[in-house]
Amino acid sequence: MNKTKLLVVGNGMVGHKLLEALVAEGAAAQFSITVLCEEPRAAYDRVHLSEFFAGKSAADLSLVQGNFFDDHGIQLHLRDKAVAIDRAAKLVRTAAGAEIPYDKLVLATGSYPFVPPVPGKDRDGCFVYRTIEDLEAMTAWGAKSKIGVVIGGGLLGLECAKALKDMNLQTHVVEFAPRLMTVQVDDGGGRVLRKKIEQLGVTVHTQKNTLEIVDGAGLGVAGRYAMKFADGSQLETDMIVFSAGIRPRDELAPHAGLNRGERGGIVVDDYCRTNDPDIYAIGECALYQGRIYGLVAPGYQMAQVVADQLCGKTESRFSGADMSTKLKLLGVDVASIGDAHAATKGALSYSFVDERKQVYKKLVVDENGKQLLGAVLVGEAEEYGTLLQMLLNGMALPDAPEMLILPLSEGTSRPQFGLDALPAGAQICSCNNVSKGALCKAIDEGCTTLGALKKSTKAATSCGGCGPLVTQILKHELKARGVAVSNAICEHFPYSRQELFHLVKLGQIKTFDELITRHGKGRGCDICKPTAASILASIYNEHVLKPKHAKLQDTNDYYLANLQKNGTYSIIPRVTGGEITPDGLVAIGSIAKKYGLYTKITGGQRIDMFGAQVHELPLIWRELVDAGFESGHAYGKSLRTVKSCVGSTWCRYGVQDSVSMAIEIENRYRGVRSPHKMKLAVSGCTRECAEAQSKDFGVIATEHGWNLYVAGNGGMKPRHADLFATDLDHDTLIKYIDRLMMFYIRTADRLQRTSVWLENLEGGIDYLRKVIVEDSLGIGAELEADMRHLVDTFECEWKKAINDPEVLKRFRTFVNSNEVDPNILFVEERGQIRPASEEERRMRIGNIPVVTESGH
Amino acid sequence: MLKTDTPAVASSQWTAVCALADIVPDSGVAALIDGQQIAIFRVGDSDALYAIGNHDPFSEANVLSRGIVGDLGGELVVASPVYKQHFSLNSGICLEDAEVSVPTYAVRLCDGIVQVAL
Repeated sequence: MNKTKLLVVGNGMVGHKLLEALVAEGAAAQFSITVLCEEPRAAYDRVHLSEFFAGKSAADLSLVQGNFFDDHGIQLHLRDKAVAIDRAAKLVRTAAGAEIPYDKLVLATGSYPFVPPVPGKDRDGCFVYRTIEDLEAMTAWGAKSKIGVVIGGGLLGLECAKALKDMNLQTHVVEFAPRLMTVQVDDGGGRVLRKKIEQLGVTVHTQKNTLEIVDGAGLGVAGRYAMKFADGSQLETDMIVFSAGIRPRDELAPHAGLNRGERGGIVVDDYCRTNDPDIYAIGECALYQGRIYGLVAPGYQMAQVVADQLCGKTESRFSGADMSTKLKLLGVDVASIGDAHAATKGALSYSFVDERKQVYKKLVVDENGKQLLGAVLVGEAEEYGTLLQMLLNGMALPDAPEMLILPLSEGTSRPQFGLDALPAGAQICSCNNVSKGALCKAIDEGCTTLGALKKSTKAATSCGGCGPLVTQILKHELKARGVAVSNAICEHFPYSRQELFHLVKLGQIKTFDELITRHGKGRGCDICKPTAASILASIYNEHVLKPKHAKLQDTNDYYLANLQKNGTYSIIPRVTGGEITPDGLVAIGSIAKKYGLYTKITGGQRIDMFGAQVHELPLIWRELVDAGFESGHAYGKSLRTVKSCVGSTWCRYGVQDSVSMAIEIENRYRGVRSPHKMKLAVSGCTRECAEAQSKDFGVIATEHGWNLYVAGNGGMKPRHADLFATDLDHDTLIKYIDRLMMFYIRTADRLQRTSVWLENLEGGIDYLRKVIVEDSLGIGAELEADMRHLVDTFECEWKKAINDPEVLKRFRTFVNSNEVDPNILFVEERGQIRPASEEERRMRIGNIPVVTESGH
Repeated sequence: MLKTDTPAVASSQWTAVCALADIVPDSGVAALIDGQQIAIFRVGDSDALYAIGNHDPFSEANVLSRGIVGDLGGELVVASPVYKQHFSLNSGICLEDAEVSVPTYAVRLCDGIVQVAL
């Protein structure tokens, strides 16, 4: 059977969504798919483009999963664009001269930035803000500039201003209208927004009509150009970015005889079809009912509709989209819902302004006060999800609608609309088109945590705006299903780890026995005992082998070494930051040789020595301590290593001394016990050789300081760390890590790495930033003090153990004999020992083992 | 303490292993008696003693004495330090797989000395 030839012109976010939708419907194989992409790289996330300036690379922004194109047999032509459609021959001609036949054609050509016809607009240093190539050009020019101007104070213009600020330029925004974000925000909101943005050091000029760009007074830098305005004023700058709106890329339409709107855009119907039934248009190039949708969510909906049409699901149609939006611009929350300007006849509005905190909130309701028509939120936008659902689902307003936006006083809560009233079809996550019904289905299928629900449905994984609502729905639905979500750690304690932590801390409980007597029952088990031991260590930092704590420890902590499969242990001395002297190497080498240990380099830049029996551990450690080593805590749920690259000391590209920073951090947090192991790394430049973005806490040097990443993970479920804060100085970096680590220790579940912890943290990274950076809970000083206690009370567990006869007594293979365990047998492989396999052991027990443990 | 369900054992069969004080409360030690490895546990601060085989049938390593002692559903257990299966200290039966068990031994305290009978 001949496959249908599908040609997609454009591989932007929407064009790519179409491909993903076809794959998701299992239909990709029915088509022979060709994609034309004029850019040199396949689809990437344009919504988060400004993060490119905060350290994200083009690869980070990519939307292409693995070998997506190859895996699904999709032909991708990069750097080639369509120049003509021959509808009669059903083929598309490309700039490179190719003629590509199609049965079905989808135009996803997007838009281009509108540049007003100002004389001087084509000078060097004038940019638009759309592609990664634009950003690369801006970066290069920005490096030799001091002042930057954005023309256009809309949504994209403010994003762009953030980019200029991230490049450390004196940043100006020039807007023709009397306020910022004219489309989404009213006068009141615009005022608060402007104030907030100006506080961040961005100068805002409104009602400025740029007439001309001429030479400035500055020589070289700082005032290369002057912008002349209609009111006679002027502004000097080194670079200019135009962000004055977008225009649809519809140039293929007229010659092909496809209908085009008067002001541009390829006209489409409810099926996103043009006047040629075999040609579709989606995204920003499409004009639906006289409207261009310049947001990604409606574009995604169009992509889904076309995928459905192509798969024969003819009932699927596009019926316009809600243009409500919530974003964070220069760190300021801005949301606009429905009829933000109260343009509806008879509309009434409620507003609330707090000039001190700079918060503006407005509700627009119908003339009877029964229905919500729109809203504007600036400075705080937590109500966005609730208000949007009220609007979209036509829910009745409470009797006092103002309560929806007025600040809460102590002990009160907002009137909640019943989540039951929300229809199953209500779209909760517009980025990924997840309905309430889809969430409920996933909950039925066993997603009982926020993390699992996000992973399964993709809700709240793009912009995150719906996160609070998704959490509410999860809790509500679990309750409705009678699922008592037990967070008890085991049968002995009806508490979660987080609750136990607080009970221990507040009750000043110092021992497990006291804890279980006061708050639990029974004798405890291998779940609650190590958990309690970890909590006690995280708070009081007493030696883990004190008699009252020893019985709680898992075997690794009991013997301060890592149990291996044959009952022997491995030993890892600390090699701070991965830096080791030749003498240190020699010492480890001779000790390993003397005790016949297998040695291997770990992933954390240290040396692991395997094959030690219990009674050998103190002997080996006596020698290691004498050679200047200390415990590496590889056995504990605690700080493991701080990996580093060689940094600016040696590397040609390094911008900071990553080794010194890694050593300082490792020495600061060594021995700190936590809900699970913690791995850190410090890279000396953006090349990121230390792989800090795969660590619980990662630090990457910038020219101006340090970027801090959180919640990365390698291992079974890799997770790229989130950028938490940028360009920190030394003290702030340490302060934030102190607070973050202690907050994680306080609030995480048992054996929960930071990645899962953050995924399940209500409010996610934004909330975490509020707690750590803005100190919204007022616990910053306390977290730092708690960490300081741990830092001040550090002691090497092994140094202490080898000098304590009571502890040493426990390091015996047999309590009544000096024999060794005859079951532990080794064979030689590649010049070292390894545990004998079961078969080898069977053959050798009773005979002479290949390698014996003797001679010491 | 002689476990109540322990059958009578002739005095000559008891082997002295260690002092009670050699076992940290709520933990275990391994003993080698006639080439057999025995895990002996002291439960609580008292002198309640239990003895089972030291060999972990799941990992094939001699490590049960190094497990964490506790109770599950009222049953006194030790958790294997390797793959964490639980073994009853009274019966030696594995709680996760009743088909698997480890041997149990009589153990008692005599003048402060822990004694085991094979």
